[in-house]
Amino acid sequence: MAENLVEVRDLVKHFPLTQGVVLRRRIGAVHAVDGVSFDVRRGETLGIVGETGCGKSTTARLMLRLLDPTSGTIGFDGEDITSAAGARMKALRREMQMIFQDPYSSLNPRQSVGSIIAEPFAIHRLHSGEGERRRAVQELMEQVGLNPEHFNRYPHEFSGGQRQRIGVARAIALRPKLIVADEPVSALDVSIQAQILNLLRALQRDLGLTIVFIAHDLSVVRHMCDRILVMYLGKIVESASSDELYHHARHPYSGALLSAVPLADPRAAAARRRQILSGDVPSPTDPPPACRFHTRCPRAVTGRCDVDEPLLGPKPGGGLAACHFPLEDDARTALPAR
Amino acid sequence: MSEPLLRVQDLRVHFDTEDGVVKAADGLSYELQRGQVLGIVGESGSGKSVSSLTIMGLSRAENARISGSVVFDGRDMLSLAAEQMRAVRGNEIAMIFQDPLSSLHPFYRVGDQLVEAIHAHHDVPRGAALDRALELLEMVGIPEPKRRVRAYPHEFSGGMRQRVMIAMALANEPKLLIADEPTTALDVTVQAQILDLIRRLKDELGMAVIIITHDLGIVAEMADEIAVMYAGRIVERGPTERIFAAPEHPYTWGLLGSIPRLDAPAGSELVPIPGRPPSLIDLPGGCSFHPRCPYVQPRHREQQPLLEPVPGGRGHAVACLLEHETRARLWRSLQRGAVPEQARASVLAEDAPDG
Amino acid sequence: MVRYIIGRLLWMVVLLGLVSAVTFVIFYALPSADPAVLRAGRQGTPELIAQIRETLGLDKPIYVQYYLYMKAIVLDFDFGYSFQNSADVREEIVSRLPATISLTLGAVVVWLAVGLPIGMISAIKRRTALDRVTMGGALLAISAPVYWLGLVALYLFSRDIGAFPIFAGANSYRPLTENPAAWFDSLLLSWLVLAAAFAAFYARLLRSNLIDVMSEDYIRTARAKGLRERRVILRHGVRSAITPVVTVLGLDIGLLLGGAILTETVFNIPGIGRLAFDAIQRADLPVIQGTVLFAAFFIIVANIVVDIAYAFLDPRVRYS
Repeated sequence: MAENLVEVRDLVKHFPLTQGVVLRRRIGAVHAVDGVSFDVRRGETLGIVGETGCGKSTTARLMLRLLDPTSGTIGFDGEDITSAAGARMKALRREMQMIFQDPYSSLNPRQSVGSIIAEPFAIHRLHSGEGERRRAVQELMEQVGLNPEHFNRYPHEFSGGQRQRIGVARAIALRPKLIVADEPVSALDVSIQAQILNLLRALQRDLGLTIVFIAHDLSVVRHMCDRILVMYLGKIVESASSDELYHHARHPYSGALLSAVPLADPRAAAARRRQILSGDVPSPTDPPPACRFHTRCPRAVTGRCDVDEPLLGPKPGGGLAACHFPLEDDARTALPAR
Repeated sequence: MSEPLLRVQDLRVHFDTEDGVVKAADGLSYELQRGQVLGIVGESGSGKSVSSLTIMGLSRAENARISGSVVFDGRDMLSLAAEQMRAVRGNEIAMIFQDPLSSLHPFYRVGDQLVEAIHAHHDVPRGAALDRALELLEMVGIPEPKRRVRAYPHEFSGGMRQRVMIAMALANEPKLLIADEPTTALDVTVQAQILDLIRRLKDELGMAVIIITHDLGIVAEMADEIAVMYAGRIVERGPTERIFAAPEHPYTWGLLGSIPRLDAPAGSELVPIPGRPPSLIDLPGGCSFHPRCPYVQPRHREQQPLLEPVPGGRGHAVACLLEHETRARLWRSLQRGAVPEQARASVLAEDAPDG
Repeated sequence: MVRYIIGRLLWMVVLLGLVSAVTFVIFYALPSADPAVLRAGRQGTPELIAQIRETLGLDKPIYVQYYLYMKAIVLDFDFGYSFQNSADVREEIVSRLPATISLTLGAVVVWLAVGLPIGMISAIKRRTALDRVTMGGALLAISAPVYWLGLVALYLFSRDIGAFPIFAGANSYRPLTENPAAWFDSLLLSWLVLAAAFAAFYARLLRSNLIDVMSEDYIRTARAKGLRERRVILRHGVRSAITPVVTVLGLDIGLLLGGAILTETVFNIPGIGRLAFDAIQRADLPVIQGTVLFAAFFIIVANIVVDIAYAFLDPRVRYS
């Protein structure tokens, strides 16, 4: 069995911008994902982190073929699925599932919880027979921490955290190999987030799942993930293990992200040196040339960073980073260990 | 000690609704000195915004029953007439909200909205107001203010919009700025910029600030004092260092133990608080946290804890029926890495049943 | 913006062409009286009828008739002649226009002056007795057919037949240019009747929009700034809530300028609506065509104006 469950190469997704009503002229494009390549190893939890407009959600949807790429290839379990369609795609869907961000809008309010969770069985013709299906559904509900007696209730009768559990149950119903979780806890209260994160961890252990975890909250990603990809404006700027990123971040954007996360420890927070970025994220319709980050980077060198695009490559002491002048370990900027 | 800028005592705000009485605030007491930052921490449904809206007079509604006292700069806010309240709002006390896109009127230019904020309280010629608007935009770090003053809110990015809201709030140099989840809708690097801006302006203008948030990291960085809210009540209150170094309330321990920490080693365990926050209509009897508390004792279901000072606490107060010594031992046990069940077993077994 | 308007005007030409073609087809496809027979009257002999048919061009195939008709319009702005009395259609319509415009604009003033304040106050005082009464009354006003309302109003209030003679009766229309006082007097009751349903609708529309708007975040910000409540309601609340009202207003005006048939008939006001009604009864195709084209023109123009107005009212729309 191959080590990589998913292999993505040079993935590009441009959303065209058009003008005009009758004759839609293309006046530009949103460069949502602009050439990303990465692997997802079997059994790991890979985090993809970045801010608005970085392309992480688009990448997630491309991996699951919920969107079609503009170019590039996606490999799943050794097979090229970039242009899979029809029956093959439907069979693939059993192996890869998604958990969505908003527990309030991702469940059909008119369907009972039982039928929401049973829908994957119906679509793929599993567990035929009402009794068997109900048993399967109730088993899933127990597995995610819901009361199996409640399978006839409707989504609005559940809290946000419980609804997210319903989403998880639906996602694992077919025992997929890969789960992509797109901001699964961002819409939940703090004390509920931990419950869902622990649930995902437990399920991963019990079911042997591979998880791709998309989030903007670096603390959550650090906690959940073995490896982390940092994205900026459609490109991967750093790829490192969780510890490597935290202790030895190499890309200046990663450094700024880490430095911006508020720490729940007043002394540590006061002690660390802040690296505050200036300006806003540029629009993905018109990304800066060469290194996309150079317009806001405190280390950018004119003539190099705005001319030569840096490629992802190993950096000493850290993971892979796309930078000509990577960060070095600095006691002042390092975040303390607990 | 000088007179505090704001003193809230036993504030209760109850709303009569068809489903019952919503006790949004049920006996809140806290103080704020001039130039100080108070962080109010709570999850959704904790009632954390209500006391601030009441200070501003924005919670007055047909079905609201407000009691207690709110004294700002020597005046009792609750007894002020509507017109007097209006003269204070946006003038001496200002507020910024969570979503800057929906909080600015989409049809009016940013400059006009700033000028409106000034004209609400000062009768100055339009030219002077516009100059002040430009000054404010510069103060909050908006580039090219002369051009941007004529722009509409939707033409700004999220971070810029929040800066505009801050500029609008500071237009009349308030003594107190209330920021209700000011960065929740923003990206993390933009959040850092905005918090930095608030801190800088607070120092420059000598303002007091109340930050309302669910993020413990933000209050750790910004606040001098913290009030932790649960189910409409303050369960713990005190200086920031003490709250993080020696918290006394099981809910605070639960929060600290359940949030993923950037500085924690990867793969460390999160210890969630079981159950969910109660509805404000149907509060549990006794201590409102007791259904979820790992250290609950029988009498906690009946008796309601009051906010009491912690011995040797220097302004630290907690509303918990456990003894201080017991709590200190529990906390030490948790810090050593025990999970709540273990801590309870080792500490409470040694004590009398009603701890 | 200029390019946008030119584009819309070109599109309008296309639409008017379509409208005229469809009207033609409907007229010939649906069973109606034979205009030649009607024109011939009681003494219509077959020879007379055949002669009239030839004069009116009714013996030619439909597409030839259509072609000749459109050619006359495009080249000479000539809308043909009435089958009934050979009057120039264009002149007939133009001479009736002032009456329709008077009726429409007067009604608009009344329904805005009545409906908008009621809507605003009901929104502010929602769920009070006042609110329930006004909204209930509004429901009645919308439900009452305008011709019924008009007849009842005349029966009760007109000076010639009414129990409480306050207003001028039907048939009393005088043009503005001839006698302003009489013009006003003659139209007053018809304005009130025509405006009733509209005022009710606008009141309900503004009320529901304003209730939604007042729960928006920017209203909370406006109050937090310390603005007077009146300013919050008008400058922030109504300003947002009024936008859909303006668009509906434009469309309603466009519609009414095409002729408020029922009102004009009940009050016997010589407007385009009345003209169209009579023409339909007489199967007078050129007049019908003319009124339909005029009505379509006003509606299309109203749509264009409303779209442009919307961009002025809502700056978010301007750049998309």
